[in-house]
Amino acid sequence: MNKENVIINIEHLSKSFGDKKVLDDINFYINRGEFITFLGPSGCGKTTMLRIIAGFLNADSGRVTMDGNDLNGVPPHKRPLNTVFQRYALFPHLDVYDNVAFGLKLKKMPDDEIATKVSKALKLVSMTDYEDRDVNSLSGGQQQRIAIARALVNQPKVLLLDEPLAALDLKMRKDMQIELKEMHEKLGITFIYVTHDQEEALTLSDTIVVMNEGKIQQIGTPTDIYNEPVNSFVADFIGESNILNGTMIEDRKVNFIGHDFDCVDEGFGENVPVDVVVRPEDIYILSNLDAAQFVGTVQTCIFKGVHYEMTVLTDEGFELMIQDYNSFEVGSKVGFLIKPNDIQVMKKERTCNTFEGEMTSEESVEILGVEFDCGVREGLEKGDKVKVEVDFNKIDLQDNLDEGETNGSISFILYKGNHYHITVRTEEGFKVYVDTNDIWDKNDIVGIKIAPADMRITKISE
Amino acid sequence: MTNIFNKRSSWVLPYFIFMVLFVVLPLVLIGFYALTDSNGHFTLSNLAAFFTDAKIINSFLVSMEVALENTIICILIGYPVAYILADKDLNKSAVTALLFILPMWINALMRTLATAEIFNTLGIQLGKGTLLFGMAYDYLPFMIYPIYNVLNKMDKSYAEAAQDLGASPMTVFTKVTLPLSMPGILSGVLMVFMPTVSTFAVSEILTNNTIQLFGSVIQEQFYNLMWNQGAALSFVMLIIIGITMYISPDKDEEAEGGLI
Repeated sequence: MNKENVIINIEHLSKSFGDKKVLDDINFYINRGEFITFLGPSGCGKTTMLRIIAGFLNADSGRVTMDGNDLNGVPPHKRPLNTVFQRYALFPHLDVYDNVAFGLKLKKMPDDEIATKVSKALKLVSMTDYEDRDVNSLSGGQQQRIAIARALVNQPKVLLLDEPLAALDLKMRKDMQIELKEMHEKLGITFIYVTHDQEEALTLSDTIVVMNEGKIQQIGTPTDIYNEPVNSFVADFIGESNILNGTMIEDRKVNFIGHDFDCVDEGFGENVPVDVVVRPEDIYILSNLDAAQFVGTVQTCIFKGVHYEMTVLTDEGFELMIQDYNSFEVGSKVGFLIKPNDIQVMKKERTCNTFEGEMTSEESVEILGVEFDCGVREGLEKGDKVKVEVDFNKIDLQDNLDEGETNGSISFILYKGNHYHITVRTEEGFKVYVDTNDIWDKNDIVGIKIAPADMRITKISE
Repeated sequence: MTNIFNKRSSWVLPYFIFMVLFVVLPLVLIGFYALTDSNGHFTLSNLAAFFTDAKIINSFLVSMEVALENTIICILIGYPVAYILADKDLNKSAVTALLFILPMWINALMRTLATAEIFNTLGIQLGKGTLLFGMAYDYLPFMIYPIYNVLNKMDKSYAEAAQDLGASPMTVFTKVTLPLSMPGILSGVLMVFMPTVSTFAVSEILTNNTIQLFGSVIQEQFYNLMWNQGAALSFVMLIIIGITMYISPDKDEEAEGGLI
């Protein structure tokens, strides 16, 4: 990292609202003139981070520095940055001119200088001749432009944009994306952009910060993030993908969906469980079965404008999504090829659930904040601190909450070709990972049950 | 056979009858009495009294003065109260807002009698000061509520946008919050000013009848069976209220005042 080039540096930033940790030890830096995007699902902390940078919120710990100066305690009106708000926040009692001139008038700039700057800013957003218009008479897109002009006219070093295009319709959004990109290139200032729209992030950004649950998942260029996601969350969130369980047999050889494939990844070790990502456009589909690496049957085929999107079932029972310019008839037998370059192998974050707990008697253990029956365990007694491991597929989710020892809500669902990998967050905030064939919806409340025999309990020696 | 009561539009009938009986008819009666003498002949002399009778003119001017003063007092006290109530950082519970509305649940006359009694007990001379105190006490909720309503609904991002553009907290208030809450203030003014002009009991009780407001003059005339004269003054009163409503800015959907 070149210190000269860094404009904003964020160190160990944390923020909680009540019990909920919204930002968890965030560290990164932003280069001068960069178009950086915070990307993530709602509630991932991206807006909170933007609000902390803008000064509307204070972090619980950590610091934000700009050009080497600590911004902590500096009120928003004294920060050399400006914000474009999600719902524009144009002042309804002022006309377009006075909205744009608001910041300049506060600086007590001479009137003629203000007039010049305002008309220049309005020209930049193609809104010349709108000076006298009432802001409420403008369309959403026009209001958006005025909001951008109002921020840019102050010549901030950094422009913050909080989902600025979210309220516009698709066509307008696409046009504004191009204009924003052009504006950024023309002005050369730093843009910090917040969005939940991955396509928008890929289109606009120099750098994307993918966030989830208050943590940075990955920082990189759009191509890096798309082609080499570091974990299954990023792979799933950015674009369409097939995420599958696999085993790294040796360097450059990975096994998944029941076949061995050549790949380009090294250094995972031998026979190590991994996650494999293959983008739907990277699976070649052929009618010639002999040349194929594996075969399957077309299940659905939908025309998507440029390409066809197909779901196929391999002979080994895995469901894959494929995009191709040619359509294949539903029910037809087809062959598939995947090139080594198109296989992205990711280290598994975990291979089973690991809970820390304490024996509450010889045959019960407290984990996840509640007591579970674990059968008689030789050599363990009440009060022993233990580690309990449970395989993903040995956790039973129940519709009937009373049947579970504890309950939680489903926070993340990942389809892995032949089963779902589900993250359940318990009321106490613990996370339980489950492999299942049952179909659940996000935010479903489920009972969690674990059979005594499925717990591997080991004593933690102190 | 078609029954007219089955028609959807006929459901409006009860409301129509109500409006005619309790709104239109009284207004017509006021107009009629105002423009006739005790024998039922047309005359303008009742109305002319408003411009010629020194006692009436005087009481009207005093009323306007008291109403103006009361309105200003209500704004000065009510705005900060409404601001604090609407600020979620300063006021974390909805109950506090209720506490300010609570006195409205007690009959105004009883409150006024009690207030006068307190002044008597404390040995405070009844007069203009006690009148203004009682008026402000009575009408404050009508000022607080519309302002609170507007501030409460105001999008916080306006204030944030102003801050972001370099406005200090004080400037945010004067340039954004205050102008945007004007509809609430106007609503409050309408609900305090005109009712104050026409009050009668409060001034009688709290000044020992030493200050006669316009409302008291009207009431006195009805009390003395001078129906036509009383109706004429009421008529003038109505016209003034009408004019105030008319010149106050149009209430578009943005400018919700709350109670009216």
